Formats: sequence, C-alpha cells, structure tokens
Amino acid sequence: MGLCLLAVLLPLGLLLFLLGAVASDAIARLNLGFLLGYPSRHADHAGILPALVGSALLVLWTAIFAVPTGVGAAIYLEEYGRGGRMASFIEINIANLAGVPSVIYGLLGLGVFVRALGLGRSVLAGAATLALLVLPIVILSSREALRSVPRSLREACYALGATRWQAIRRVVLPMALPGILTGSILALSRAMGETAPLLVVGALTYVTFLPDGLGAPFTALPIQIFNWVSRPQQEFVENAAAGIVVLLVSMLLLNALAIVLRHRFQKRFV
Amino acid sequence: MAAPESEVGATGHKFAVRELCAWFGDKRVLHGINLNIAAHEATAVIGPSGCGKSTFIRCLNRMHELVTSARMEGTIRLDGADVYDGRIDPVLLRRRVGMVFQKPNPFPSMSVRENVLAGLRLTRSLPEDGKDEILEQALSRAALWDEVKDRLDDAGVGLSVGQQQRLCIARALAVNPDVLLMDEPCSALDPIATAKIEDLIHSLKQSYTIVIVTHSMQQAARVSDRTAFFLSGNLIEFSATDRIFTSPRDSRTEDYITGKFG
Repeated sequence: MGLCLLAVLLPLGLLLFLLGAVASDAIARLNLGFLLGYPSRHADHAGILPALVGSALLVLWTAIFAVPTGVGAAIYLEEYGRGGRMASFIEINIANLAGVPSVIYGLLGLGVFVRALGLGRSVLAGAATLALLVLPIVILSSREALRSVPRSLREACYALGATRWQAIRRVVLPMALPGILTGSILALSRAMGETAPLLVVGALTYVTFLPDGLGAPFTALPIQIFNWVSRPQQEFVENAAAGIVVLLVSMLLLNALAIVLRHRFQKRFV
Repeated sequence: MAAPESEVGATGHKFAVRELCAWFGDKRVLHGINLNIAAHEATAVIGPSGCGKSTFIRCLNRMHELVTSARMEGTIRLDGADVYDGRIDPVLLRRRVGMVFQKPNPFPSMSVRENVLAGLRLTRSLPEDGKDEILEQALSRAALWDEVKDRLDDAGVGLSVGQQQRLCIARALAVNPDVLLMDEPCSALDPIATAKIEDLIHSLKQSYTIVIVTHSMQQAARVSDRTAFFLSGNLIEFSATDRIFTSPRDSRTEDYITGKFG
C-alpha cells in the first residue's frame, strides 16, 4: 500500500515541482501584451498571438476534418460492418495506427498534403495532418461510446419498425453523444499539443502576421515554445515558460469543456 | 408432431408456422415447428430455459435474423402471406407485429409522451395533428393513462418498473400492430405489477392477437387460450390451455407442468 502511495505521490510531486518552476519563470512575462503581441527579436517585446491564433485555427479545422469522419467510421464499424471480415481488417489497422509515432504522420502530411496535393505549408495541410493523427483516437472512443448503448434499446427500435439507420439516428447516436464529444475533445487537445508533425509539415517559427485563411502559412503554440526554448538568452526561456503556461491553460480549458458538455448531455438524456 | 396441427381449426389463423427450424451458427435451436396461432386469442409458449421459445417468437417478427450468424428455414404465414417472402420488408412487418421484451426498455432519453410516440417518430409516420389522441389511446389501452396523465413530460425511466413495462406496451400499441409478441413480459415485475399486465392481456386480446412467452405455468394458465409446450427446440404439445393443464397427452408435458423438471 505504501509503495503504491509513493508511486502516486512521486510523479505528482515532480509534476507540481515542474509546473511551479515553469510558472515562476513565466510570471514576469504573463501579461496582456504577451498574449496579444507578435514575435520579436527582443524577448520582452515578443508575444504569442500568431501562435495562439494558429493553434486555434488548427484545432478548429482538425475538428472539422476528424470528427465527422471519425464518427462516421465508428458508426460503420460498430453498427454495420460488425463481425465482417472487412470490418475486422479495418479495426486491426486502426488500432495499429493509434500507436504510430506522430512524426510519421508529419512525413505523411508532408508527402501527401504539402507536396502531392500542393497545399503548401499551410494551415490546411497542418490541420489535415493533425486530423489523420487524431482520427484513430476519435474512432476508438466513438466506438466505445456507441457500444455502451444497450442492445435492448436497439431491439426496442427494431421492434417498433425502425430501420437500422433510424435507430442509430434517433436513439443510439443521441445516447452516445456525450461519450463521442468527450473522446473527440480529448483527441483535439492532443492535436493541440503536437509539435513533431507540424515541424515536419513546415510550420514557421517566426511569424509576424496572423494567418488570413486556410492557405496561409502559420505557426502554433508548441512550435513557438520550441523556438524560444532553443534560444540561448535567458529572457527567451522565460518567454517559453510563459508560452507553456498559455498552452497548458488552453488545453485545460478544452478538457474542462469536455467535462461540462458531458455533464450537460448526461443530464438531458438521463 | 402431427397431433398439434389437427388440434386447431382451419379458420381464423393469424400465423401459420410450418417446419420452422432455426440456428445460431451451427447450433440448431428449433426443430421443425408446426403450429397455427389463432386471431384474437392469447397463445402462451411455455417450456424450460433454452427450449427455443424466445427464438420461436423472434422468428415471427423477423427479429431472429438481426443476430449475426442466426438463420432459419421453413415458412411462416401471417394472414396467408409468407413473412419471409423476399418482397416483404421486415421493417414493415415489425410495425404489424409488435414486441414487448423481458426487461422494460423505455428510451432513457425520452419522456413518457415521447416514449409512447417514439415508434411513430422513429419511422417518421407521426401525423401532425392527432398526436394527443394517439398518446391517450395507447396509454389507455395499456391501462396506464390514469397513472401517468399528469406526468406525461416526466422521464419514462422515472416510472416504477411495472409502469415502465406498461409504457413499453403502450409504445408498441401506438404503432397500431395486429399482433403483440410478449417475451416473458413479467419476469422482472412484482406480483401486483404482474397481475396488472395479466389483466391487460385479457382486454388486449379483443383487439390484438397475443403470443406470450412465459416461464410461469400459472401465468400461462391464467392468461392464455392455447398453450404450446416446447422442449429442446421441439414442439411437444399444443392445445387448449385448460386441456394441456388438466389432461396433457404427452408424458413430458405432464412432467413439466407437475414440476418434475424445468
């Protein structure tokens, strides 16, 4: 028992210590000017706005690409293809894809979206790459949510003369929605923290403008942080710490949204 | 197996079942069932667990085929038309042959009202006006209207278990079926709730044909006009209920109803 407690407390303590260290570095730089400023050669003038906007755009478009596709795939696998050879083949592959390192997705994005499809180093290419990366997670969590809807309710639908799609649309999906939403948002918060694939796809590290559309070059929070950390000057390290706080807070907000949505829907449906 | 058939007159059949066999994968669960189900009667299907009685009624509304690896052979005619004819849409068939399950399964996300109208709404056949009439009629027929008329917008799952089961009956009736299949509808209910459902069956058979699977012989004796006794996937005996319980012809039926096994 004592050992288990230690196993819990030790990492927690380390984590708190790290957060504390980051926060104390960051505190001097965390102000409105930092949030709304653009990168600069001078550390105390540098801001994070382009990265923040870039990350927000990326997450938004990743959601637009990955969530409908992922939920659709989950519905097919869980409700239609179940037990078929095709479905089990796809299933195994999805489980494997979830374990592929993210840098590989970056290379795929570079090859397919940036080069072959000619999207360039754009928000669109970045979001599409991240969408591929989180798609397996969205599919797996949506399947889990669909599976948790009791069989007896589907049977009730069929016995009333509903087609399979009517049962899914009216009964199964609404009941699985909280689970699907939570899984999707958690997947998106993972996309938000990803650095490697964006580096490979070609996110810029020094952007003094806001992306003005899907085709625009962009940067993202982790990239900006990565860039600042690699600078030798102590002031930039403080910027990086402040950037980390901004990234962490955004991710926590996203996760909190997941919890709130889940709670809300559960109340409505149970 | 020829005996049960001669037992029932040739007229007034709702269902005519011939040589019905059913499988789950390689496991054969029904062996050549022949029987006729009369209209506006309650027919009970009794037998020990695993004798195929649930599978039998699930063949009647083609719910059996929804299970992966399940298949069947033989013919089932509903009002003379082959239920398994390629031109028959199983979805439309199930609107004519409603079903109530072992455990009450109202839709948890829906109110009492929404639950009753769910079948019509699911299939997009809910008329714009006349909703309230359909609602009241279905609930009254299920003997639930007086108990829930003031809580129509409360959650369906908030009702007592017995009320939930009657809500499920109302939900099935709202689709306006000819036949109501009941798969051990009282097995999750207390004796008072059970008595209410049994009373209900008596009034429902005026307008509907009822097939009820039950593990309780007393219940079969109380509610049904005819009783079919299944054992290991075979129909052992099928005759008028008072007869099967007073002078069964097959010794296995007698052993079962006198409690020697099962």
